[in-house]
Amino acid sequence: MWHSQALACKKLSKFQPIQFYNNESGTYELLPFNFDKVSDDRYVITNLVGEYLTIDSKSLQDIVNHELSPTNNLYSKLRSKQFIREPDEAYPIELLALKLRTRFARLANFTNLHIFVVTLRCDHSCPYCQVSRQSEDKASFDMTTEMADKSLAMVFRSPSPAIKIEFQGGEPLLNFEMIKYVVTTAKKLNAVHQRNLAFVIATTLSLITEEILVFCKEHNIVISTSLDGPEDLHNANRPRPNKDSYQRFIDGLQKTRAILGYNQVSALMTTTDKSLPRVKDIIDEYLKLGFKGIFLRPLSPYGFAIKTRKFMSYNTERWLEFYKEGLDYIIQLNKNGIEFSEYYSALVLKKMMTSSDPGYVDLMNPAGIGIAAIVFNYDGNVYASDESRMLAEMGDSTFLLGNVLTNTYEEIILSDKLLDALDESFTLSAPMCSECAFEIYCGAEPVYHHAIHKDFLARKPESEFCKRNMTTFKHLINIMEDDSERKSLFIDWANKC
Amino acid sequence: MLKLGGKVIEIQNDNSPNSKLYSVSTNPNLPLVLRKQKAFLIQSEDIPEGFSHYIFFDSTSSLTNKTPSNSTYTVLTDDFSYLGHDDVIRISSTKNNARVLFRAKASNNSFLITEQCNHYCLMCSQPPKVIDDSYIIEETFELITLLPKWTKEIGFTGGEPTLFGQRFLELLRHTQSQLPNTGIHILSNGRTFKDIHYAKQYAEISHFDMMVGIPIYSSDPAKHDYIVQAKGAFDETIRGILNLKRFNQKVEIRVVIHKQSIDGLVELCEFIGRNLLFVDHVALMGLEMMGFTRANLETLWIDPYDYKDTLSEAVKLLNTYGITTSVYNHQLCLVNKDVLPFYRKSISDWKNEYAIECNGCKKQSECGGFFSSGIKHGYSSNLKPFL
Repeated sequence: MWHSQALACKKLSKFQPIQFYNNESGTYELLPFNFDKVSDDRYVITNLVGEYLTIDSKSLQDIVNHELSPTNNLYSKLRSKQFIREPDEAYPIELLALKLRTRFARLANFTNLHIFVVTLRCDHSCPYCQVSRQSEDKASFDMTTEMADKSLAMVFRSPSPAIKIEFQGGEPLLNFEMIKYVVTTAKKLNAVHQRNLAFVIATTLSLITEEILVFCKEHNIVISTSLDGPEDLHNANRPRPNKDSYQRFIDGLQKTRAILGYNQVSALMTTTDKSLPRVKDIIDEYLKLGFKGIFLRPLSPYGFAIKTRKFMSYNTERWLEFYKEGLDYIIQLNKNGIEFSEYYSALVLKKMMTSSDPGYVDLMNPAGIGIAAIVFNYDGNVYASDESRMLAEMGDSTFLLGNVLTNTYEEIILSDKLLDALDESFTLSAPMCSECAFEIYCGAEPVYHHAIHKDFLARKPESEFCKRNMTTFKHLINIMEDDSERKSLFIDWANKC
Repeated sequence: MLKLGGKVIEIQNDNSPNSKLYSVSTNPNLPLVLRKQKAFLIQSEDIPEGFSHYIFFDSTSSLTNKTPSNSTYTVLTDDFSYLGHDDVIRISSTKNNARVLFRAKASNNSFLITEQCNHYCLMCSQPPKVIDDSYIIEETFELITLLPKWTKEIGFTGGEPTLFGQRFLELLRHTQSQLPNTGIHILSNGRTFKDIHYAKQYAEISHFDMMVGIPIYSSDPAKHDYIVQAKGAFDETIRGILNLKRFNQKVEIRVVIHKQSIDGLVELCEFIGRNLLFVDHVALMGLEMMGFTRANLETLWIDPYDYKDTLSEAVKLLNTYGITTSVYNHQLCLVNKDVLPFYRKSISDWKNEYAIECNGCKKQSECGGFFSSGIKHGYSSNLKPFL
């Protein structure tokens, strides 16, 4: 039965061997890609939609010299990631176009994150803080209802289908009445605008009360807070009059989780020189308190961070050591069965391992200033980003786009200040960025580069932003190419992010 | 295995040269006006008048003399005794055979509408023929009108159904009109949809629940083209999928796992995650030991036991990318535990069997088992019953 049937099939069939389907001419076209060396004989090639492959130098030469054989294993990998195509193939271009459109879809949506600085007053006096004031003078540092109304009118001018309003300070809870006013007014306006409206309060939790939390629960407001590490480190980084910052944070965290739910509060950390030897302690603190991950974040060079020289207290190399040590520890945690993410890596990995963009303002091109996030300050001033208002507090108003009391939305959004910064920092036309293998993972950072180099673009070999990110990208690629278990974990982070 | 078609014992009084479709009824109290469109299934000596046809089995053939006058009848072998109310059967007097086309009790009924195909897949279970078989699709138009209106889902398969072009779209519109509450699943290689106008016309049918299941066997175009034995197929299939999704149509990707597709399976899943994230479902399917598979067994056969870790990795990757994933046509004892949330009992009931090794297995009721063809022509030597 078996044999007779098989013979019958053979008679009517003319199955061709796989060689028949290989490219006979041996010619292929290169599709656009960049490359860089990531370790001794490992090169990474990347394309404009973030696909990457690591290869050795000989393979790289073979590829560009059109000498790669269709039977080479690498040949099919290059095809399926759209690094090369065979003559007459149409799908690679369609896929590239589709993925590129997806990457840049956010541009059409325009501004999503709207930061409301409801007060500059604060109950903490952190040495690295850029903007806060220890003042009882409400009139000078609080947002008024008039400014809030004008700001909200501008918020809803953004065409974005999703609008996020984030309350910052100072300590925004010191002006909770204004938070209430903005939330209720925004919801009234949204009855007409019908956007996907979300609210976040960035607070130390030191002043959180049940009354505030009940309001948050009613309006689905989530909490973003700060945790710098174990008690001694947290208290040293974040001084309060009674040296009780940590204890107040713990109490506030418990209250918040009890009323809003465990996952409605996330924490951010700031790395000071005191943090540097203690990355494991810091991560353990996050673990102990039940957080699912940590955002390892260097100090930004703004405001008091420059003024108090805190920023200069460690260099990029030292930061990278801290980051790598922390990342290594977190990977080890996962290998031991503890699910825990490092969020900065996850943002980068999302760009590397998926075709979507995480929408992270510091890693965007064109830059996210104004067009992804915008700041409405307590005094009616509109800034291109959170860092922009910090610069302004230092006396540099380069990114002050206007004032809600005196300027129209068009004047603010179409101001030369904003457009020039976006235009001049655009990485795809920037020297060294445009041919950089990591351009697609990186971002234009005009505010940083202006603050440090007095130039939206700056010379990249001198840029610590460039150095820090390039090292991070190479490190992530190297460690996942060395170990498939790590790669699997990274794909998981990328998709959760 | 249920016998769906075969020779009949006797066909009486039917002078029509063509085959006829009948909707089967077991209801002796059916209003007279409705009996004319139905064949009555004899289950007792009580034979009501007025049906257009009567169906007997070998075991009830002694009653044929009680057939109402002016009516025709057929005697089927007892293999067909599963027939029930609302089933549809084709009876062909010239060929002296019958075929059950629709079973009301089956959760899913698929209709083959052509044996022609522009692929020649190494593992095709329904080897294509180069013939004019357009009578099949024409008959399907009539078949659709006989199906019960409550039918949940039907499938159209081939061959390649879209080779009929406009006529296939007409069949879909006809089905939508006749069966407005019935979901439609189409098995196609997707290449016809590379024509954006065709994809647009398909989308304009605006069906509430219609999906195309399209095979991709490798992210390496040469490998895919080899498996389907058609140059340029990968290029057209991908463009077809993109066009369908451009018009928001539901698309499922079907991957048959065998020795040629297993090597690149993980890469294929990554390719889907990065390029086709918007597909509605991915099915990873075991090999059916039918048709060409048996001619190409050396090239295709790999014991599922030997690829179970690769299957786990593939499923994990698809799930990580957030893609709805199912594993079809596999046996419970040959997959790792992490596959279980995605495991489906998927083999159509009429061709679903278990092996001798499965005797006494406690999980048989949860297990998908085998295609009948697998039991007959070969299966894994690593079966391990759960005892």
